[in-house]
Amino acid sequence: MSPAELDAIYLTLALAGTTTLILILLGTPLAWWLSRRSGNLPALVEALVAMPLILPPTVLGFYLLLMLAPDSAIGRLWQQLTGNQLAFSFSALVIGSVIYSLPFVVQPLQAAFTRVPASLLQAAATLGAPPLDQFRSIVLPLCRRSFLVAACLGFAHTVGEFGVILMIGGNIPGETRVVSVALYDYVESLQFAEAHRLAVGLVLFSLALLFLLYRGNGRVRAVAS
Amino acid sequence: MSQLALRVRCRGADDFLLEVSENLPLLGVTAIYGASGSGKTTLLECIAGLRSAEPGSQIHFDTTPWQDNATQLPPWQRGIGYVFQDARLFPHLDVEGNLHYGLQRHRHSSGPSVAEVCHWLGLEPLLHRQCDTLSAGQRQRVAMGRALLAAPRLLLLDEPLANLDGDSRRQCLDALKRAICASQVPALYVSHDAEEVSQLADRLLILESGQVVQHGSLLALSSRIDCALSRDEQAAAILQCELAGHDEAFGLSELRAEGHSLWVNHMPGAPGEQHRLRIPARDVSLCREQPRQTSILNVLPVQVTEIETGDSPRALVRLAVGEQFLLARITRKSATTLQLKPGDHVFAQIKSTALLTEIADPA
Repeated sequence: MSPAELDAIYLTLALAGTTTLILILLGTPLAWWLSRRSGNLPALVEALVAMPLILPPTVLGFYLLLMLAPDSAIGRLWQQLTGNQLAFSFSALVIGSVIYSLPFVVQPLQAAFTRVPASLLQAAATLGAPPLDQFRSIVLPLCRRSFLVAACLGFAHTVGEFGVILMIGGNIPGETRVVSVALYDYVESLQFAEAHRLAVGLVLFSLALLFLLYRGNGRVRAVAS
Repeated sequence: MSQLALRVRCRGADDFLLEVSENLPLLGVTAIYGASGSGKTTLLECIAGLRSAEPGSQIHFDTTPWQDNATQLPPWQRGIGYVFQDARLFPHLDVEGNLHYGLQRHRHSSGPSVAEVCHWLGLEPLLHRQCDTLSAGQRQRVAMGRALLAAPRLLLLDEPLANLDGDSRRQCLDALKRAICASQVPALYVSHDAEEVSQLADRLLILESGQVVQHGSLLALSSRIDCALSRDEQAAAILQCELAGHDEAFGLSELRAEGHSLWVNHMPGAPGEQHRLRIPARDVSLCREQPRQTSILNVLPVQVTEIETGDSPRALVRLAVGEQFLLARITRKSATTLQLKPGDHVFAQIKSTALLTEIADPA
């Protein structure tokens, strides 16, 4: 495997790891809020969260590109704060991936939180547990497996991302050139042997991850898109 | 003695309105009694803070406002213990884990130890069991233990025996009684079962369609003809008695009430102990003259104080025994034949007696 390919693999894992971490931190409160509320606002938020499931990645990538471009408000602010350009950077990939993989983390968590009976939380409240304590001592342990599922799906989906990345990240080695983009390069330049190496690698990785996940529990199948 | 001052208004489904304005002295067990749909659980949930009463409602525990115009204390700050009808044990914790849940979070006065609670409720053999392997009665006992270990200032029990029957119901009732007595935590006990209430309660709050219809001590209320407890088949009076001794040869024990002897099946206990005797109205019959050569052991001279005859073929008679009262359910025909009227001195024959709770402090 060439150093360029190793770079791409490392970059992919770093992107998926960072994205998953952020998604768990953001997705947990969001999923909790969605699981305990009903009405127009939560329905709208839920629809927005689910959008990446049906929108072509290029649509999402196009708007993200406009949003993160150097002449946009966000792009300018980023430039002032960090001195670097936001578009076509690793950070832009993280932002894009977080949005793109959001439903894969929020939906399993929301489904799991909905299954936690409110009656148990009431019982915990009468025993002296405030809400955060109720969440930590009742909800987290009851939903442990769903957190694993959410993290794995978020990670795997970020590894498999292509369209959004190409739109907002381009193809800069060591910065935005992840495995899926590198594979695309090889195919464009007719280097099929190298393309096979990466493609088979991705297939085996995804298969192994999903196999390990589904082996534990039949219920998780329902939560994938 | 602590007191719970209630001024609660709470709306439910279908225009149901609960309106309670009472000061409850918190000593021993106060039963909240009424038919289903009378608002018992709603009241308990308002007291616990699990349901918000309408603005303007006030709940004070002694001087601590639990709810008033300025405050709405959340359940976890009220220092309560709540035993739900469906136990609500935490499925990811074993029995010991459930017991420790309350223990780790209590912030009030020092409560009982795990060992004490296990002893009262017979939980030692269950400590390392998973909750889904427990029977319904065992689950309720664990739930009771968990609530007590949170060191509550007030215990709220919402029909904890409703899902039990037969032996497990009796065992669970005994365990609850023992734990409430031993822990000395005042309790509000919601129930629609007259027998359960008369076994456990010291005081009684009777609800009907969201309104309080009667409130007072159980001994005073249970023999009142107009009391909701007296309406059904289960009508029974309660006599406060002292254990006088045992007759080992015949397997009986002697209780004394108002200077008269009453014989019941042999029961454990030392002479001098205070006991409660529940005497169902349907087990009491009346004679004009003292019956002789009868198989019935318990015959008391009584005075008729009140007779209720409705449209039903039967009458309910209230009888004074010294300072206390008995109820007798007889046919209207008998009442007419005997020409019973208030003031008459007659003899009450008691067919059988079910022995009830022991009272530590005869309030």
